[in-house]
Amino acid sequence: MPSGFPTALVLEQLLNGLQLGLMLFLLASGLTLVLGIMDVVNLAHGSLYMLGAYFAATLARATGSFWAGVALAVPATAVVGVLLEISVLRQVYTRDHLTQVLATFALILMFNEGVRMIWGPQALLLTVPQELARPVLLLPGLGYSAYRLFLIGVGAGLAALLFLLIHRTRLGMWVRAGASNRAMVQAMGVPIQRVFTVVFGMSAGLCAVAGGLLGPILAVQVGMGEEILILAFVVIVIGGIGSVKGALVGALLVGIVDTAGRALLPPLFMRLLPPEVASNLGPALASILIYLLMAAVLFLRPQGLFPVRT
Amino acid sequence: MRSRAFVHLVVAVAVLVVLPAGAQPRTVRIGFVSTLSGGGAALGQDVLDGFNLALRHLGNRLGGLPVEVLVADDQQNPDVARTAVERMLRRDRVDFMTGIIFSNVLLAVGDLVFGSQTFYISPNAGPSEYAGEQCNFYFLNVAWQNDNMHEAMGHYAQLKRYETAFILAPNYPAGRDALTGFKRYYRGRVIGELYTRLGQLDYSAEIAQIRAAAPTAVYAFYPGAMGVNFIKQYAEAGLLQQIPLLLPGFSADADVIRAVGRPMVGVFNSSHWALELFNPINRRFVEDFRRTYGRIPTLYASQGYDAALALDHGLRAVGGDLSRKAEFRRAILSGFDTTRGRVRFNRNGYPIQNYYLRQVVELPNGEIVNRLRGTIFRNHGDAYVSRCRLP
Repeated sequence: MPSGFPTALVLEQLLNGLQLGLMLFLLASGLTLVLGIMDVVNLAHGSLYMLGAYFAATLARATGSFWAGVALAVPATAVVGVLLEISVLRQVYTRDHLTQVLATFALILMFNEGVRMIWGPQALLLTVPQELARPVLLLPGLGYSAYRLFLIGVGAGLAALLFLLIHRTRLGMWVRAGASNRAMVQAMGVPIQRVFTVVFGMSAGLCAVAGGLLGPILAVQVGMGEEILILAFVVIVIGGIGSVKGALVGALLVGIVDTAGRALLPPLFMRLLPPEVASNLGPALASILIYLLMAAVLFLRPQGLFPVRT
Repeated sequence: MRSRAFVHLVVAVAVLVVLPAGAQPRTVRIGFVSTLSGGGAALGQDVLDGFNLALRHLGNRLGGLPVEVLVADDQQNPDVARTAVERMLRRDRVDFMTGIIFSNVLLAVGDLVFGSQTFYISPNAGPSEYAGEQCNFYFLNVAWQNDNMHEAMGHYAQLKRYETAFILAPNYPAGRDALTGFKRYYRGRVIGELYTRLGQLDYSAEIAQIRAAAPTAVYAFYPGAMGVNFIKQYAEAGLLQQIPLLLPGFSADADVIRAVGRPMVGVFNSSHWALELFNPINRRFVEDFRRTYGRIPTLYASQGYDAALALDHGLRAVGGDLSRKAEFRRAILSGFDTTRGRVRFNRNGYPIQNYYLRQVVELPNGEIVNRLRGTIFRNHGDAYVSRCRLP
């Protein structure tokens, strides 16, 4: 490792963190709204992300175009989301969280097994589209993946769109109101059930965007939803449940802290400690860094950074 | 009508009651605990498919005895595996155990299996722990010792005179064995050594460090989905053209190639097995595997196949008498025919065999497969056997 942290390495890490953060936001925003409005803990959120990726991979192969695959996967997953809401989630709104956790955990198992039955246990092939499969020279010696830059662009664009939707439209107003006090909103005659169905379908669609776009750099495989679901939960706990702004800030924090920790801690420890200790301690500490972050936030602000309920 | 149905029923019950009590020989029960969900699912499925294919080729008999296979998913989780293994040993009373993919899972259940005096035939995990002082009479590995494939690639990197290397692996027993194996034969300078979390999906942070360190070559051991992700991201960062990526066969087999696609063409890797190894067992295995499952077999599938062949060979040697355990073990150690030709074993239960250099190529018909490019080690054993005190 050359002395000091070269600017190229730091810049690359910031971009990596931004990219991871924005993709996490696509998952966390839906999760936080569902939990915020209807008080439903939906563990099957990650399964919708997996399903989105499988739809994207299958449709991309069928149409011969990556773009068509992702574009078609979004409505397809949204439809599955709406059906899921009508058939299962509606039954567990009024139950306690434990029931919801059990029901949606069962859904994870069913989705995983279903996907395995339909597509098989092997990972599916989904490649980066030809026009983005090359590095872009950002600095001399730093060619950054064009595809990851594109992910940053899409993530930022969708985040902006979501903010307009939440803060500038009637639906958004209902959603915000529903997240802060559902009973009152219902009493005022807002069709909260229908709002929720729409939100649930939308969040499934966002899952498909994240799944389809991350498919080419992560693997499209059974169980891919669980890993990222944990991160998404960390994000909404940090951000404050029900808050889209919190989800954005939390996602960016988690993305940047996670990548920076993994890139900068091991070489730092290498210089301070004997190599045997450093090669164990560095990665270990890097992987618990986001949980430390979460613990710190919960200690200072138990409701998260941007609490919705008072 | 009614009386006829009654007669049918009586006959059916009679057949059910009488048949098992009759001349039916004793059934061999195999406990197959493996990773069948999550990021390592493809590996466990391949071992299972290979194992089942061999059983079919053997007429569903091992050493002349009918076979019953009990399958359980360990979810790549040592706790889950322990429960499943305990159940199979205590309640199902299996005669043999096999199937585990990950070394950390195997190490968590080894004492249970050995303690109940049941043979464990490893079709994959080959931790160094069971090769040296803790070697066990009841442990046999038909695949390799964890270090072996990496020793071969370390030797290859040394032959190519790569001056500096950046090496990475997941932080678990086989990951540490892997990099130890690589360093045992590579004499150049290791300028970066990283252990990442087992199951990690995004390697952008590690790839940024590789770029900053600018090594002559990169060696990465990532099995299953981890390998798919690492290689995809390495290629997509534009590094595959700049810094040669050396891989063990685990990270460059049909399962990974299928998911990564064309960027893998040209990559060198090491393996104890190859599609085109020329012997009748391998030819039949490869052709029938493709026909039966509709995909190219991996080295994992060959190991599952060979695990069944080992059981068949051992049971044949003792005439199906499961109590003659020392003889059973001796028969397997002295060698039998596998998909890699005849393989003998060291006294620690690990194989002595060749390790080959393979390269990923694109065939004229567009198929992307590994081709044999040479032999790195001949009759290669492991580095730990001298510390094993078994006879």
